[in-house]
Amino acid sequence: MEKDLKTINFFYFCKNFWMSQKQLLSAEDLRIILFRLACQLKETHGDFSKTVLVGLQPRGVRLAERLLHILQHHYKVADVKLSQLDITFFRDDFRRSDKVLNPNVNDMEVGVENKRIVLIDDVLYTGRSIRAALTAIDSYGRPEEVQLLTLIDRRFSRHLPIQPDFCGRQVDAIQNERVVVCWQEEDDEDAVYLVKK
Amino acid sequence: MSELSVKHLLGIKYLTEADIQLIFDTATQFKEVINRPIKKVPSLRDITIANLFFENSTRTKLSFELAQKRLSADVINFASSMSSLKKGETLIDTVNNILSMKVDMVVMRHSSPGAASFLSKHVDATIINAGDGAHEHPTQALLDTFSINERLGDVAGKKVVIIGDILHSRVALSNIFALQKLGAEVCVCGPKTLIPKHITSLGVKVETDVKKALKWCDVANVLRVQFERMSASYFPSNREYAAFYGITKPMLDAIGKEIVIMHPGPINRGVELSSAVVDSNQAIILDQVENGVAIRMAVLYLLAAKN
Repeated sequence: MEKDLKTINFFYFCKNFWMSQKQLLSAEDLRIILFRLACQLKETHGDFSKTVLVGLQPRGVRLAERLLHILQHHYKVADVKLSQLDITFFRDDFRRSDKVLNPNVNDMEVGVENKRIVLIDDVLYTGRSIRAALTAIDSYGRPEEVQLLTLIDRRFSRHLPIQPDFCGRQVDAIQNERVVVCWQEEDDEDAVYLVKK
Repeated sequence: MSELSVKHLLGIKYLTEADIQLIFDTATQFKEVINRPIKKVPSLRDITIANLFFENSTRTKLSFELAQKRLSADVINFASSMSSLKKGETLIDTVNNILSMKVDMVVMRHSSPGAASFLSKHVDATIINAGDGAHEHPTQALLDTFSINERLGDVAGKKVVIIGDILHSRVALSNIFALQKLGAEVCVCGPKTLIPKHITSLGVKVETDVKKALKWCDVANVLRVQFERMSASYFPSNREYAAFYGITKPMLDAIGKEIVIMHPGPINRGVELSSAVVDSNQAIILDQVENGVAIRMAVLYLLAAKN
């Protein structure tokens, strides 16, 4: 009896799994996009002498690291500076949900004064995180320029007038759907999924 | 990482080990914030905090106020010497009057043990105890243990001696709770007259010979003799106390290992610590002060999230 129940549960799990999740990008799609983004960065920033790549905690940091790796190893850019920025204390939803917002590590040793900053995040959705990041960056000085790079741009979902300068793929998703970016290092595969909440 | 198990910070006694760890993790991030060129974040911009100091304080009050301002909270300050308490108003009435000005959190220091706990049961605001008589001083214990953790990499397994006036000290009691929750071994050391009779029931060692205590420990947290709380003579003179319990550089050099020296301030140079010790690399007294702001920011942030 117990075994039957387990089989039925497993069947429903699989059904749920396949019905609620759709792959948007495969590992190969992702690889091509990452190379294109790195190429665009190289085209715009040249030798990267004044540029700092700033990965947003927690999910933008992995993307920034991947782009850094491609720039260093495939495009032979010797000196690319990478920082990680946590926006928790600048978010506008603190005390507005039941969840306490716990901070992540900041590493902004490189500084931002007179630098060309590229903010890097995996998914651009409402734009609120980016607004928080723009305020957070100000705490470290006055950059010459700030650009935005995102892997996925959920257009039509914006709450604020914020658009990316570099974008991997535009996705049309509705409110009760979530775009999940998986990385080999943490999730055992490179892929992007559209998941129903 | 998630949220605190308590709604008020009344004492370390009511915190779990996970709470303390969460406060440490959050404080580490705030320490980075207070070392930025612009040291302010907007997290508590919709919060108003009243600092009610019914007893004198310099660094705790400044530290709390700075922490609140760094978090963008609105702050009102109250000192009992200028208040209507002198005109006969009760504590609850005073606080309720302040709360009707739409105050969300209260940081309170009071000379009566249990004052913060009492207030938390009678008023509708988040209460943070900034010292209640000889009972508890939770943020001091948090910043002390945070400083030990920062200097030695861990608190668990470390041997910590608290030296001085244990009898009148809220810092000692909060430190004992915090250190034990984090897995440290605790010893108290001082003249017998300044050690509470049943302190061993808390599971701490008692030592009256300061040299033996220093030899045993990894960290010595040295307390001030609280003359203002003393109703009787507990030792013959300041000079005699300094001769028996004052820590000097030759004493530290003689024990053959480098221990960490802490002090919650204010220091009486030449009494409990000699100037050479205070200014040595072994002393982390100024680190404690810096960490105090980060710890208080973490406590305010985590409690505001539950407000």
